[in-house]
Amino acid sequence: MLDGVGFTLDVGAVVGLVGESGCGKSVTAMSVMRLLPSPPSRVDRGGIRFDGTDLLSLDEHAMRDMRGNRIGMIFQEPMTSLNPTFTVGWQIDEALRLHTNLGRNERHERCLELMKLVGIGAAERRLKQYPHELSGGLRQRVMIAMALACEPRLLVADEPTTALDVTIQAQILALLSDLRDRLGMAILLITHDLGVVAEYCDHVVVMYAGRVVEKAPVRPLFANPRHPYTAGLLASIPKLDGERGVLPTIPGMVPNPGNRPPGCPFADRCPNVLPRCRVEMPPLAGGADGHAFACWNPVS
Amino acid sequence: MSSTSEPDDLLVVENLTKHFPIKGGGVIHAVNGVSLRQRRGETVGIVGESGCGKSTLARLCLRLVEPTSGEIRFDGADLRALSASALRAKRRDMQIIFQNPYASLDPRMSVGDIIREPLDIHGIGTRAERLREVAGLLEKVGLPSDAARRYPHEFSGGQRQRIGIARAIALRPKLVVADEPVSALDLSIQSQVLNLMVALRAELKLSYLFISHDLGVIRYISDRVAVMYLGQIVELADVDTLYAGPAHPYTRALLSAIPQPDPERRRVRAVPAGDLPNPEFPPPGCPFHPRCPNVMDHCRSVVPAERNIGTPDRPHLVNCHLYDPAPTSA
Repeated sequence: MLDGVGFTLDVGAVVGLVGESGCGKSVTAMSVMRLLPSPPSRVDRGGIRFDGTDLLSLDEHAMRDMRGNRIGMIFQEPMTSLNPTFTVGWQIDEALRLHTNLGRNERHERCLELMKLVGIGAAERRLKQYPHELSGGLRQRVMIAMALACEPRLLVADEPTTALDVTIQAQILALLSDLRDRLGMAILLITHDLGVVAEYCDHVVVMYAGRVVEKAPVRPLFANPRHPYTAGLLASIPKLDGERGVLPTIPGMVPNPGNRPPGCPFADRCPNVLPRCRVEMPPLAGGADGHAFACWNPVS
Repeated sequence: MSSTSEPDDLLVVENLTKHFPIKGGGVIHAVNGVSLRQRRGETVGIVGESGCGKSTLARLCLRLVEPTSGEIRFDGADLRALSASALRAKRRDMQIIFQNPYASLDPRMSVGDIIREPLDIHGIGTRAERLREVAGLLEKVGLPSDAARRYPHEFSGGQRQRIGIARAIALRPKLVVADEPVSALDLSIQSQVLNLMVALRAELKLSYLFISHDLGVIRYISDRVAVMYLGQIVELADVDTLYAGPAHPYTRALLSAIPQPDPERRRVRAVPAGDLPNPEFPPPGCPFHPRCPNVMDHCRSVVPAERNIGTPDRPHLVNCHLYDPAPTSA
């Protein structure tokens, strides 16, 4: 599924992992968390280093100490990732029970603090409620509170606002930005929305068919995309201003993951394709400015 | 709005209301007194967040859902007065495309049968003519001719939406209601389907009633745009006017909340706090008042009337007390 995916997150940085359905962005996140069932999945090559530790070398027990403690995770669908049979308070408290030595009262205080941190009012009452009693935006705030309970160094957020309305999305993303500033945690933000990336990320990793095709700091990526896929995606967004002519499109579709062509996986859809692209996979290469791309014939 | 229908009007909706009774005796006010006029060949976009009533409004316009009260006139006919058989005949001219391309196609029917079904039901042409028509439709929507023999599961989301579009245009309808037709699609596929819809509109002289939560998509496809909030249209204007000068505080908030793909233009946003109110208990007065940054005292109790802040030729309608005329006498 994934082929040589690599990137680095600095302390306190927000890195956006973008791409369309099936490009492997969620698999990447699940691999970082080691949440993929094994077998059938396995990591053939590569390493995942977090704060000096190689996550792949940890046993399941040590990994469990990482998850929900030093690495938090939030998912797209707050309805399906919260347990409907337990109260919100019980679920936020869970990470504290597992990972801290705090007593019952201290944990309750911490839960109230977390509710306040994520902007949920009437915290005492909300803690006693069940997920179905909350709106989508409030559920996502509860998920964030759970993920932040142990003050993680890294938050993996997989499409955290995709199921939410834009006004609620803006609230949640502003909250995540603010928490990053206050707590100094790094965020790996997985999204298909380039607007979200432009407004909230410091660095961007663009994936296509299981590979990183471009990575760069956010400004150069949007100002001067080098990979034709990135350029095509940016052009096909229906904008809120400017001309309303025919939308530029990327012809064709993503190759089937079981049957990827040799060479560059984007070759069949690429306006810049060369004969070489169909036989040889371009390596991810770039300059000292941190802008790298995998393309034999990049956009200039 | 006058209640007469002019020959230029394709769809006229007057004071349309739909209340859904719920368990325990309450009522959901899904659509609350909506009036709308769509001219022939015009595309009207309906935009709003989840639960604002835009999908219910779309279904009401086709009488797929029975209104609680109000009028719907389509192509000169009073849809609510039509008998079942007359309504079925009228449905030739009004079709719908759904959001979910995975759920709206029968998995046991071949694609050819799916696209031919409307022709069969309305008894159009001979069997041979209908088969030829299916081949023509597949070509129009950019699918290979062998698609007719295959089944929906063999196609990607974007291709399935093309199948849904082919089915919707099979009868050469006058109106196509499109309910979030590209929301489930990836960006690169979304632009393909939008361009197809625009090309078909020109070729077949279609009118779209286009429902979406995405203001970018709505701007691209619409001539006029209605913004809905909690079952009501709060602002209605032609597309350039609306995007250049949104008047309702909710429209401004919506536009400001959309992240733009331009890191040089990160903005401080005026995003409304709080959640959408429960449509079972809509707030008194203006429905947006609990979240409105410009709220005034009487917004909490008085429902704002519709004002035209544009011109008679190019109306820009807004339901907001900010645009109430100043009192004339002291």
